[in-house]
Amino acid sequence: MIFNKKQLLLHVLRARSIARRYLFTNGFDGSLTMLGMVTGFYVAEMKDLSVAISACLGATVALFISGLSSAYLSEKAEREKELRELEQALLVNLKESDYGHASRYLPILVALVNGLAPLVLSLVILLPLFFAEQLRSLPSSPFLNSIFVALICIFSLGVFIGKISKQFWLWSGLRTLITAIVTVIIILLFGLSI
Amino acid sequence: MTKTLRIVLDVLKPHQPNALEFSSALADLGEDYRVKLTVTEVDKKTESTIVTIEGADINFENIKNAIEKMGASVHSIDEVEVCGTKST
Repeated sequence: MIFNKKQLLLHVLRARSIARRYLFTNGFDGSLTMLGMVTGFYVAEMKDLSVAISACLGATVALFISGLSSAYLSEKAEREKELRELEQALLVNLKESDYGHASRYLPILVALVNGLAPLVLSLVILLPLFFAEQLRSLPSSPFLNSIFVALICIFSLGVFIGKISKQFWLWSGLRTLITAIVTVIIILLFGLSI
Repeated sequence: MTKTLRIVLDVLKPHQPNALEFSSALADLGEDYRVKLTVTEVDKKTESTIVTIEGADINFENIKNAIEKMGASVHSIDEVEVCGTKST
């Protein structure tokens, strides 16, 4: 039922669709950034894993904080504007209404989604680097394993967005995968030319 | 003491929650509440509605609070039907 308080709040300002959009946008952003970084380290034939992990973790934290703060500030401003316009149209104070609660609660939810999406995906992509010792028995380098995990994450995001838009999931996944592969190719070409 | 059996309100509401969700939320306030909502005017951000609520003992304060909670406002009470309960 929609009349559960939280669901009503979510419904009032279409929070789910906004959160989904942020989840994909910043999740994709974070995954592609990590893919770029690990590809760069692979091309540069980086031997010191701890340096690579530190650099990637630094970028992950920056993506998390940037996602958290930018979404909170922009969404808060947007909701306050919407609330003011609605208050003017209704000629009432909506602070204590569901709209008022939603305009305070929604920016926090959206900021968390926007910050956590790149954080979680980046950490998943970095897993092969964290477990490099255990994975040393594998024929490929930890960076290659990370690139492979990043491609899976990006493909999964494509499938996710395909399911939402009710498109064929494989085609949608392949589109994001092609974007990622093009990124890897460009970085490889840059790496070879340096 | 009197019991309110029927109340007709002029309510200005935002587009969300929509008419069905809005009237269902009001109907949920009492076990025997029957709600009829008629949209009389649609604006860019608001809808003018006439809400009729029927029940054995309607609590107006609860209804007003729920309406305000959903971001709407009661412009006027247009019609009421009450009955006395004092036995003679």
